[in-house]
Amino acid sequence: MLGVIGVDSLDGLLGDIPVEHRHPSLNLAPGLSEQELSSVFGAIAAENASSSNGYISFLGAGAYSHYIPSTVRAILQRGEFVTAYTPYQPEAAQGTLQVGFEFQTIICQLTGMKVANAGMYDGPTAFAEACLMAARVTKRNRIGVLSTTDDRLPDTLRAYSKYQGIEIVSIAPDATEIPDDLACIGIQSPNFFGQIEDVERLTDLAHANGALSIVHVNPTALGMFKAPGEFDVDIVTADGQPLGVPMAFGGPYVGLFACKKAHIRQMPGRIIGRTTDTKGRTGYALTLQTREQHIRRERATSNICTSTQLIGLMVTVYAATLGKQGMKDLANLCYQKAHYAASEINQLAGFSVSGKGTFFHEFVVTCAGDPARINAALLQRKIIGGLDISERSDNGMLVCVTETSSKADIDRLVAALSEIGVTA
Amino acid sequence: MTISTGAGDIDRRLLMDRSVSGRRAFTVSESDVPEQVLPDSTLLRDDVELPEVSQLEVIRYFSVLSQLNFSIDTNFYPLGSCTMKYNPKINDELSNLPGLADIHPLQPEETVQGAIRLLKNLQDDLGEITGLPGVSLAPLAGAQGEYAGLLIARAYHEARNDSERVVAIIPDSAHGTNPASAAMAGLEVVTVRSDDQGNVDVDNLRELADGRTAVFMLTIPSTLGLFEPNILEITKIIHDAGGLVYADGANLNALLGLVKLGDLGVDICHSNLHKTFSTPHGGGGPGSGPVMVTDELAQFLPKPVAELTDDGYVLATPAESIGAINGFHGSFSIAARAYAYIKALGLEGLQSVSENAVISANYIQAKLKDKYDLAADRYCMHETVLSASRQKKRGVAGLDIAKRLLDFGIHAPTMYFPMIVDEALMVEPTESESKETLDHFIAVLRQIDDEIDASPELILEAPHDLPVTRLDEAKAARKPVLRWTPEE
Repeated sequence: MLGVIGVDSLDGLLGDIPVEHRHPSLNLAPGLSEQELSSVFGAIAAENASSSNGYISFLGAGAYSHYIPSTVRAILQRGEFVTAYTPYQPEAAQGTLQVGFEFQTIICQLTGMKVANAGMYDGPTAFAEACLMAARVTKRNRIGVLSTTDDRLPDTLRAYSKYQGIEIVSIAPDATEIPDDLACIGIQSPNFFGQIEDVERLTDLAHANGALSIVHVNPTALGMFKAPGEFDVDIVTADGQPLGVPMAFGGPYVGLFACKKAHIRQMPGRIIGRTTDTKGRTGYALTLQTREQHIRRERATSNICTSTQLIGLMVTVYAATLGKQGMKDLANLCYQKAHYAASEINQLAGFSVSGKGTFFHEFVVTCAGDPARINAALLQRKIIGGLDISERSDNGMLVCVTETSSKADIDRLVAALSEIGVTA
Repeated sequence: MTISTGAGDIDRRLLMDRSVSGRRAFTVSESDVPEQVLPDSTLLRDDVELPEVSQLEVIRYFSVLSQLNFSIDTNFYPLGSCTMKYNPKINDELSNLPGLADIHPLQPEETVQGAIRLLKNLQDDLGEITGLPGVSLAPLAGAQGEYAGLLIARAYHEARNDSERVVAIIPDSAHGTNPASAAMAGLEVVTVRSDDQGNVDVDNLRELADGRTAVFMLTIPSTLGLFEPNILEITKIIHDAGGLVYADGANLNALLGLVKLGDLGVDICHSNLHKTFSTPHGGGGPGSGPVMVTDELAQFLPKPVAELTDDGYVLATPAESIGAINGFHGSFSIAARAYAYIKALGLEGLQSVSENAVISANYIQAKLKDKYDLAADRYCMHETVLSASRQKKRGVAGLDIAKRLLDFGIHAPTMYFPMIVDEALMVEPTESESKETLDHFIAVLRQIDDEIDASPELILEAPHDLPVTRLDEAKAARKPVLRWTPEE
C-alpha cells in the first residue's frame, strides 16, 4: 500500500508533524489477550460492592435499581443498533429512526405532553436545557427553581447558564407569590425528598406571572401519578435511567425532554419526524434541523449533537415490554414496598419518617444520631443504607425502596437499624 | 386487501398499531408486603397509554427494525470524522459485569474502589496519550467536553483578572459544535480563514489574536484530514497574545503514539471515546468526551476527578473546579469500554492503530485522485476529503454519489462537510478495514463515476435497494409528525 501511495515508509506521510515531536515515548503497558483482559476486569468488578457479592442497597436520589427485562438485554445485542451512528443517511438508518419515533411517542404518552425530542444526555442536563429554553421562549433571564429539587438540577443549570446572563432564584414549594419577571419555575416531583409536589398549583402560579412551568419527573412514578400534561405544564424533563437502564455508577443514562407543541422550534436536541419516500412509502428522518449546531453554528438552540440513542432504545424496549399494565403494576409495587419500609422504620426507636405529603418510593428518615455512623454500621452488615442528606435535613437519611428489594431485604434493613439505633 | 409476498414488504406498523387490549409481554411480581394505603385518588392517573403486545412481538419488532440499519457490524461505514472502527465485543461484555453495571453512583467510595481505580487508570492513560496530564472523564459527549474546555479557559483568565478575554477564534473549517459551544460559554466567535492548502491562514490568525483572545479552537488533524504544518507557530501566536489553545480531539485517531498534543503547545483538548477508543456509537450516543488539560489548568477541571490518596481511591473536586456539568460521574460504562480497549491494545497496538488509519486513508486517496478531486492535494492523515465538483459538472452531486454508495451496501461518507469544500465527501476508512474492503470501496466509487455517463438515473434515483428510497425531508419539517397518534 505504501508503494501505491508513493512513499517508502510511514514517516513519508507524516512530514507535517514537527519532526522533534514525532513518535514520542509513551508510558503504556503492553497489550493483553482477551482472556487476560477478562481477568483484569473480573478483579476490578470484584472490588465493588453490589448485589452480586451479597450487598443490598437503599440508595436512590437520581439513580434507581430496577429489574431489567430480558428483552432489553436481548435487543441490546443487535449490532445493527449498537454499531450504527446518527442517522445522517435516513435510507440506511430506518431502524434507528423508527425506534426514535417510538421513543418520542412513549415519552409523550408517559408525560402526557404533545411532543418530545429523541433524547438528551441525562436528567440534570435535560432540566438545565429546559430552563434555558424557557428563557428563550419568555425572553426573560431569571429562572426560578424550587428549593426542594435535587441539588444536581440547579448545579448543572449553573454550569450551563454561567455565561448566559441568567440568574437562578430559589422558590419555596409553598410560595403563593413569585417575582413577575421569572422565565419559569423548575419543579421536581417527586422532589428530592421523595414527596409529590402540587404541580397544578405551582403551574397556575407560574402562568399567572407569565412564566413557564417545568416539571422534572421520575418516569416510574408516571405509571401511577397524574401526568404533568394534565396540569398544563410547559416542559417536562426526566432521567430515563429507571426505565431499563443499569445504574452503572452514574451513566450513561438518557435525558427525557417533552414540551407543548407551541415551543417545538425552541427545543434543543435531535428530533425525528415522519415523512414519505419518492414512492409514497412511510419513512422517518431527522427533522427541524435548522435549530441545530451543524447548521446554525453559534446561533443554535444548543451545542448537543447526540440523542443518546442507544439508551433511548433500552427505554423504548423496556416501555414496550412492560406495556400499559406493567408500568402501572410496577409503580404500584414500588409504592407498596416503600410505604411498607417507611411504616416499619417509623416504628423503631430513634428513627422517624419525615414529611407530611405523599411520597412515591423514597422518603426521609430522621435519625437520632449521625446518619454517617448509622450507614457505617449498616455497611458492616453488607447493607448500603440510604443517602446521608444531613446537609439538607437534620440527621436525615434518604431511603429508597424499589421492586428489587424483597420483603426479606426490607426486614433485614429494619432489623439492622433496630440494633444500630440503640448503639449508634 | 391483497396479501403481498416477499421480504421486500416490511411490516412498518408502529407498536401502538400492533397493540391488542390485554396482551402482555411481561408480568410484574406480586407484592410480598402487606397492602399499603394508596394516596388520594385525585393524585392518581387512570391509565398510561402504552402498547399491549406479546414478548415475541417485542423481540420480532425490534429485531426486524434493526435489520433496516447499516452498521459497522454489517457494513463498511467510512463516515468521515466519526471514526467508525470495529467495536470489540469483549468490551461490551466486560462493561456489563454485575460488579460494574449494578453499582450506584452514590455508593460510599470504600465500596466502589474498583470502579474509581478504573477511572483513575483511564485518566492516566488518556493524559499520557495526549501529553495533557490533567483529566476529567465527566463530559458525556464531545460537545460537552468542548464546553467544559471553554469553561476552563474562561475560569483561567478570570483567575488572572484577565476578564476582557471574550473571543474564541475558530477556523472556517470547524465543526458546528465549536461555535455553538463557544456561544454557550458566552464567547464571541471570530473566524480565521483557511489558506489554499487547507491550513490555518497564519497571517490572518496573527491579525486576529490580541488582548481579547480567550481561546483558539483547533481541530487537529483538521476536518480536511490534514495535520497543521504550522502548529508550533500557531500555538506560539496564541500564547504570545495571552490566549489558550484548545484542540478538538475528534480526530485523535490519527495521532496515537505519533505525536502528543501537549508537546505542540495545546493547553486543553477533549477526546471522543466513541471514536478513537472504539466505544459503540449506538445510533447517536451515548458518547463520552473526557477533557484533558495541562498541569496548570487541572485545578479548573469539572468534577469529579479520580485520585489515589492514602485512604484509597476517591472522586475529588479540583480546587477551582468549574463544577458539575451533568448528574453524576460521566459515562462510566463507556469509560470501562475505552479502558478495556487501551488495555487490550497496549502501547504497540495503539501505535499501529494510527499508523494503519493513516495508510488506509492515503491509499484510498491515491487510488481515487484521478477520478475525484481532492480538497487538498497532499498526503492526508486518517481521512481524505474528496470533492465531487467534477462529477457535479457532469450532472450528479455529492449527495447522489453518497446515495448510490448505499446500493452497494457501503455507508456514505460525510457529505458537504467541511463547508469550505465544494461537494465534499469526507472518507475515513479507519484501521479496522482490510485492504480487500478498501479495494472494493475504491472499485465501487470508480464504477459510480463511470455510471454518470452510462446510466445517470442509477445515481440520481439512488438508493434503489433499501427499505425506502429518498425521503421528503422538506415535508417532514414543514408539517412535523413527531409521534404516533390514535387518529391514524
